[in-house]
Amino acid sequence: MQSIWEALSLAVALVLSGDADLLEIVLLSLRVSLTATAIACLIGLPIGALVAIGRFRGRSAVLIVMNALMGLPPVVVGLLVYLHLSRSGPLGFLGLLYTPTAMIIAQTILIAPIVAALSRQVLEDLHAEYAEQFRSLCLTRLQTVQALLWDARYSLLTVGLAGFGRAVAEVGAVIIVGGNIDHLTRVMTTAIALETSKGDLALALALGIILLVIALGVNAAVQSVRMTAARQAYV
Amino acid sequence: MLNQHLTATTIALFIGGAVWAQDQSIIVQSTTSTANSGLYDHLLPIFQAETGIQVNVVAVGTGQAIKNAENCDGDVLLVHAKASEEKFVADGFGTKRTDLMYNDFVVVGPAADPAGVAGMNDVQGALAKIADGGALFASRGDDSGTHKKEMALWADSGVDPSAASGGWYRETGSGMGATLNAGIGMGAYVMTDRATWISFANKQDYQIAVQGDEDMFNQYGVIPVNPARCPSVNVDAAQTFADWLVSDEGQDAIAGYKVADQQLFFPNAPDS
Repeated sequence: MQSIWEALSLAVALVLSGDADLLEIVLLSLRVSLTATAIACLIGLPIGALVAIGRFRGRSAVLIVMNALMGLPPVVVGLLVYLHLSRSGPLGFLGLLYTPTAMIIAQTILIAPIVAALSRQVLEDLHAEYAEQFRSLCLTRLQTVQALLWDARYSLLTVGLAGFGRAVAEVGAVIIVGGNIDHLTRVMTTAIALETSKGDLALALALGIILLVIALGVNAAVQSVRMTAARQAYV
Repeated sequence: MLNQHLTATTIALFIGGAVWAQDQSIIVQSTTSTANSGLYDHLLPIFQAETGIQVNVVAVGTGQAIKNAENCDGDVLLVHAKASEEKFVADGFGTKRTDLMYNDFVVVGPAADPAGVAGMNDVQGALAKIADGGALFASRGDDSGTHKKEMALWADSGVDPSAASGGWYRETGSGMGATLNAGIGMGAYVMTDRATWISFANKQDYQIAVQGDEDMFNQYGVIPVNPARCPSVNVDAAQTFADWLVSDEGQDAIAGYKVADQQLFFPNAPDS
């Protein structure tokens, strides 16, 4: 218990001190995970929408696979990306291992299935409501997808946040493909793992508290965007 | 006009800087003890100020570091498992192995000392005593340099601890720090390198129980990765770094690193 209070006061002191190293780590965490979330949405949302409105053979098998991929273990994703980006791997010539780009790739693979599977469910429910209307308007498939994505945009924001939450909190993938290199690929979670392994549990916990606050901040920002937009819609 | 000129200069500087940075940075695949103890934080700024070479350290267990270097994912290997290092060079992955520095391993245990080994300096005898009494022992179990050493010491002591794995013998399968955290949490004896132990912050009531046996000697070596095998390595910068570490200046810098007034690593590179 004592170390929890110690960690809290350490977290406050760290933030107030405006430590340059801490700021660098926080910014890299945000840059990597927000970029991965954006790319995962670009990939995941269209896939989710197409599967939501599509009727094709093997659809239930696709659903099962999509849902199962939500449980991809980060360390397995990290290993797969490592094996591809390693100098001895098929994409080694790109020289991407131990860079933030490698971390973005790993997190994108990790959360794209989450975005696809959750958006599929949201859009399928919405589609069930509107299907007849869409048919009477003779919408093309593309128009249907566009209308659904627009109409469900607030629910899909939550889907995006679920993806971001998973990305910013995972350590297994980024520590393998990023290497936790100081001033290059060190993010919040790998810094926490490092301080834990040094036995500095209070500092590790303090970093964890700061990470939580950052996640809160991102969620609050999205929520305020959503509320502003909703208010304007009713004016 | 001035603006344009400035932009062009900025771009030129940026591109120049990027190229320079690319040429002058290396990746060191390293054991964790040298990183966790803060040695690199002490050495690298000195080296970088002198040579302009940026050194990026990937700190993993010795086994994984060697594997990563064999995959050409590093320019220099700095680990502590001599037999594996010599094999690495013999297999053509490294150009040359040089002794760099040493410290020693210790066995740490709870103040209550359930196995009664505190103060012993015969490590094989102490391990046999721990096994006989069935006192808990937490092992790295991760093919790291420390784990390999521990297994060799068990073999010398005539005990096969793997038979008791999950019983009194607990293999954490993780790094030195994580194993110390786990071992201290369950009241188990742990073998660790002295550098990690001195700088470890979560000691609780743990003390060094066994130390001073010649067999607990811990030698670190440095090996540049072979460009003939891995064309992507930054040969010149890697060689510069390896040469600097074993030079008088590098060796003095290693000797000068202290935590709590204790020297953590003792340089012993051969005179060149």
